[in-house]
Amino acid sequence: MSRLDEPRTARTQVAVAGARAVTAEMLSDQPRRAVIRNALFASLVFLAIAIALLGLLALIADSIVKGWSAFTPELLTNGTSSFPANAGLHSAIIGTLWIIGFVVLLIVPIGVGAAVFLEEYSNRDSRLGRLVEVNIQNLAAVPSIIYGLLGLAFIARGTFDLGFVVLTASMTLALLVLPTVILAGREAIRAVPPSIREGSLALGATRWQTTRHQVLPAAIPGIATGVILAVSRAIGETAPLIPLGAATFVTYDPNGPFSEFTAMPLQIFSWVKQSQPEFQALAAAGIVVLLALLLALNSFAIVLRNRYEQRW
Amino acid sequence: MASRDIAASGSRASVESRPRLGAASPRHGEKVIYLLLAACAVLSVVTTTAIVISLVVPSIEFFDEVSIATFLFTTDWGPTFTPPTFGVLPIVVGTLGVTLWAMLFAVPVGLGAAVYLSEYAGRRTRKIVKPILEILAGVPTIAFGFFALKFITPTLQDVWPGHFLGGPPLIFSALAAGLAIGLMIVPIIASISEDAMSAVPHGLREGAYALGATKARVATRVVFPAALSGIVASIILAISRAVGETMIVLLAAGNTPNLTFSPVESIQTMTAFIGTTATGDIPTGSVIYKTVFAVALLLFVMTLLMNLLSIRLVRRFREVYE
Repeated sequence: MSRLDEPRTARTQVAVAGARAVTAEMLSDQPRRAVIRNALFASLVFLAIAIALLGLLALIADSIVKGWSAFTPELLTNGTSSFPANAGLHSAIIGTLWIIGFVVLLIVPIGVGAAVFLEEYSNRDSRLGRLVEVNIQNLAAVPSIIYGLLGLAFIARGTFDLGFVVLTASMTLALLVLPTVILAGREAIRAVPPSIREGSLALGATRWQTTRHQVLPAAIPGIATGVILAVSRAIGETAPLIPLGAATFVTYDPNGPFSEFTAMPLQIFSWVKQSQPEFQALAAAGIVVLLALLLALNSFAIVLRNRYEQRW
Repeated sequence: MASRDIAASGSRASVESRPRLGAASPRHGEKVIYLLLAACAVLSVVTTTAIVISLVVPSIEFFDEVSIATFLFTTDWGPTFTPPTFGVLPIVVGTLGVTLWAMLFAVPVGLGAAVYLSEYAGRRTRKIVKPILEILAGVPTIAFGFFALKFITPTLQDVWPGHFLGGPPLIFSALAAGLAIGLMIVPIIASISEDAMSAVPHGLREGAYALGATKARVATRVVFPAALSGIVASIILAISRAVGETMIVLLAAGNTPNLTFSPVESIQTMTAFIGTTATGDIPTGSVIYKTVFAVALLLFVMTLLMNLLSIRLVRRFREVYE
């Protein structure tokens, strides 16, 4: 474009101006209908993004308004109670912390291990690699309540027979969010350029030394993003915990892997189901606390991802 | 350091006799690590197998007591009543109805938002709005359930035009739950479709503009078909999310098995049945326990088929550039 704008000879200038005029005339000669349709389409897509953002903002604003009266320090310090004035999130927060602690202990080594295996060790066309890949895709689409039934049949009862305790919830949620960690981990590992591996291998490092000292450190931001997104999903999930006993009336704080559990979304769920309006305010306030936590985690993960996206 | 020296001298020795490309020492540690990593990867296969076993075994026992034809083709669902009835159709229809309302909302809004972000928004707007949508994808389902029950339902009741589609929605309605699910899956559709649209090469757009096409025409006739595989994938993923969603329907759609596509009535979905019935205290081996797993098996098969269909369609519509 800049080349055309440069005045050269008078003849070129006249020719360029003429061509411009002809083109402009042709373009403006579009039928009126097309012009209207074009404007209509533009306003429709703008309306769509506005509806999406406003709907989600309405959700947040509505919870804040409805929960306003229940925002007191006691919301975080009171335990479970059947009287709204004494009810709070304390036991539920402790329960969530225990559950998520064990979820992290489970998903980080297993998720990263699986991602490393699929990217660094298995041949893309090997039967095992492809089987695992299709499997992970399918697992990511299984409804979360079905993981709850899996936990009920094999972890709470059956093979592990742990009963309805913190560790049961952690194992069930870990299985649910593992595909997220594995997929993010694979992407992060794939983004490390092969030249780094080749350099390391050429210096005599073994495959594991290369992975451990070169590939994994370079992939840490991507893996961390995946882990944070997985953790935030695990914190917000309610459905898979319902078949696991979901003893929402735990009157003491959960205190270890084999303690009975409650969790923030479960506590909120049981408040929503109560009829008194005070419990509805508590539920709304609980949702705001949960939202603040999850949106902060997700923002952190996405900032992390965008920041380290293109380093090579 | 020491191990590297040993490796170096070992390889030198082998070069002198005969070129050998393998490791100089047996490296048992590497094999142990390989096995550990393989075990991590195989865990996903084990999980799938465990899901299938945990669903299929009680279901087989269930179908010993209730015939498959009764289960799939009769229209009375009351497994907790006396005498119990086991016609699963009402809750399947309930699930499909809620999914339909959700998709009627989410597909136009999600695709419109994707077109806006990919074709209309300036670079700076897009850099702000897209992460916001992705962050909002992390809103927990319990929040959407509460929003459906306490905001969408009262609002719908206020603005409902008379007896349109059978009158204003009840306190629990398929429509309120469907709209909340729709709002929940808009970010999924918008985000994945936008990725697909942005990946369409600029040359295609410029070619169309050079031929005198308007922006709307370029978006609908050039970018949309070229990004179809990603768009289809996002919609199918959204459908399977809607079908499997539990908390929103549990709170806002009621729990009345009801063979109707009516948006204003209370219905029960398959997930809501599982959520209300499987509360941890159901005795293993009882008929109701087996019923829960049979319904879950049907749900699992539905989402699995959709996922396989999605993989297929994506492969079929994929346009490869360069």
